[in-house]
Amino acid sequence: MSEYLVDIQHERLSFFTPAGEVKALNDVSIHLNDGEVLGIVGESGSGKSVTAYSLMGLTAYPGKLVGGTIDFNGHRINDLSEKEFRKIRGNEVSIIFQDPMTSLNPVYTIGNQIMEVILLHTDKNKEQARARAKELLELVGINEPEKRLKQYPHELSGGMRQRVMIAIALACEPKLLIADEPTTALDVTIQAQILELMMELKEKLGMAIIMITHDLGVVASMCDRIAVMYAGRIVEYGTTDDIFYNPKHEYTKGLLKSIPRLDAKEHERLVPIEGTPIDLLNPPAGCPFAPRCSNCMKICLREMAPVTTFDDVHYTQCWMNQKEQMEREAAK
Amino acid sequence: MSDKLVQVEHLQQYFPAGGFGKNKKYVQAVDDVSFFINRGETLGLVGESGCGKTTTGRTLLRLYEPTGGRIIYDDKVIFDKEKKIAENMLPYRKKMQIVFQDPYASLDPRMTVGDIVGEPIDIHHLASSKQERYDMIIEMLRRVGLNSEHANRYPHEFSGGQRQRVGIARALAVHPEFIVCDEPISALDVSIQAQVINMFEDLQESMNLTYLFIAHDLSVVKHISNRIGVMYLGRMVELADSYELTMHSLHPYTKSLISAIPIADPKQARASKRIALEGDVPSPLNPPSGCRFRTRCPYADEQCAKEVPEFKEVAPGHYAACHHLDKCN
Repeated sequence: MSEYLVDIQHERLSFFTPAGEVKALNDVSIHLNDGEVLGIVGESGSGKSVTAYSLMGLTAYPGKLVGGTIDFNGHRINDLSEKEFRKIRGNEVSIIFQDPMTSLNPVYTIGNQIMEVILLHTDKNKEQARARAKELLELVGINEPEKRLKQYPHELSGGMRQRVMIAIALACEPKLLIADEPTTALDVTIQAQILELMMELKEKLGMAIIMITHDLGVVASMCDRIAVMYAGRIVEYGTTDDIFYNPKHEYTKGLLKSIPRLDAKEHERLVPIEGTPIDLLNPPAGCPFAPRCSNCMKICLREMAPVTTFDDVHYTQCWMNQKEQMEREAAK
Repeated sequence: MSDKLVQVEHLQQYFPAGGFGKNKKYVQAVDDVSFFINRGETLGLVGESGCGKTTTGRTLLRLYEPTGGRIIYDDKVIFDKEKKIAENMLPYRKKMQIVFQDPYASLDPRMTVGDIVGEPIDIHHLASSKQERYDMIIEMLRRVGLNSEHANRYPHEFSGGQRQRVGIARALAVHPEFIVCDEPISALDVSIQAQVINMFEDLQESMNLTYLFIAHDLSVVKHISNRIGVMYLGRMVELADSYELTMHSLHPYTKSLISAIPIADPKQARASKRIALEGDVPSPLNPPSGCRFRTRCPYADEQCAKEVPEFKEVAPGHYAACHHLDKCN
């Protein structure tokens, strides 16, 4: 078994649709220690959510794990049955979804929904579960918890609902919290509140977090490590400083250049990444980013680059980096 | 001809929200908003959801009939509640256009892209022959980075970024002077956003356009705008030159809004301090008396509850509405 809390090795996952096989994940490897925060960034359809969902066995039909291994907290996820999954979900690993408006059940009270998790995973009785639910609401900064327990989701604002989602996710003090775009549906001032709360709770409870987002600003302030995904592959992986100050992959560089900065003194023109993401149904041979890459070489169109490692953490999958590395070694 | 292309004075938009007689309730979506936009410039409008920025844009075009105030376009009063002026908008639709937020919902799925772009040309009888109409459509598609073969396709065949380009081509088809851009990029992916922003800038230059650019992302608005207005709960709280506003903001709401934006730079992000705002935005059905921001403002006192702060010019071109500007700066 793996020494890491999360250890995904060469995961391949495909959706077998009537139109053909969609390779949603292609050779994805991730590992994560206790208490670490990993950010996964990428555009829609790049496979960031699928990676995290597969960890919880939430891959929906017609998705299927085709290759690779997933280890989490001593479990080999590949082999788990639905029954065994149920013991893990909500207990050892929890998830916060993007949209707090739709992920809470409108016909049950807040209290009911928090207590459900507690009753399912612990031997607490109803009284104790209620007390714990109240405690959790206090923990996530909701005032008048006694009153809120009896309210329904529609009576709360978006930010409050997301706090309730976090309370549900944390009910059993999981070792890993997956946050799938937790603040995308919220306003910036509320987003700041929720991100701050998540970091505070991480310190208090010592859990690891996988933060899925498309907002580079969010990962910059929260994460220890960042995986940049493009078309089902991790194209660059490194510490937050590696990614922001020493990006190696053309896509990462392009992303960083294409966002407007609030502190820019003069008007600088944005440098967009030309073109559009590829169609995963008919992926081109070679590097999926090649059609949009400004430094595309002939070999990029033929085959995917191997992994180039820069240090223990930082790696990319790009022929440019591979070439540079080879030249450097030759010079030695 | 004055420099001011669009002027809005004390614009008000209340939506009825149930109740009868005396108890009739109104959502005070926009209340007493005044600003102007100079010819060829871009005015940005930011704020959180529900602050009335979209309603301001739509009311300005009279897609909603305003419940109060005055709208002046190119020195002509097109709406005045008090004097009961309400011009026929059809000739103005040729000059004022809008690009909507959601490129998936704002294009008719049963029309080809060519017909979508051609519809405004038909309505305003801009083409004298079929050939001319076709040429105009192709010309517009080219301008937004699409080509003639796209004209026969349907919206579902396009990606989000391309659909937004179609929406822009439709707005440009009548050669307008003024375009309201209502969150035109928030539904797009990051790498596509930059493409569309650059396109807006290029079109402004080549077609001499004036924009009202509405978005909730302050860094995008700052990038594209000459001046920025910040709205909160239906009122304008601050308006200034975009650099001035982001660097030397005066209003406590603007300050906290700026500090809440996650910075895409780890070192700065770790060093920066947030001015945390407590709680949520109150309901526009029953907004707080006096200053609407007072329930979340760290400087609020009795005066804020009693009097509505005046939206006044505190420095040349810098407007703000707050009783305690000296205290919070």
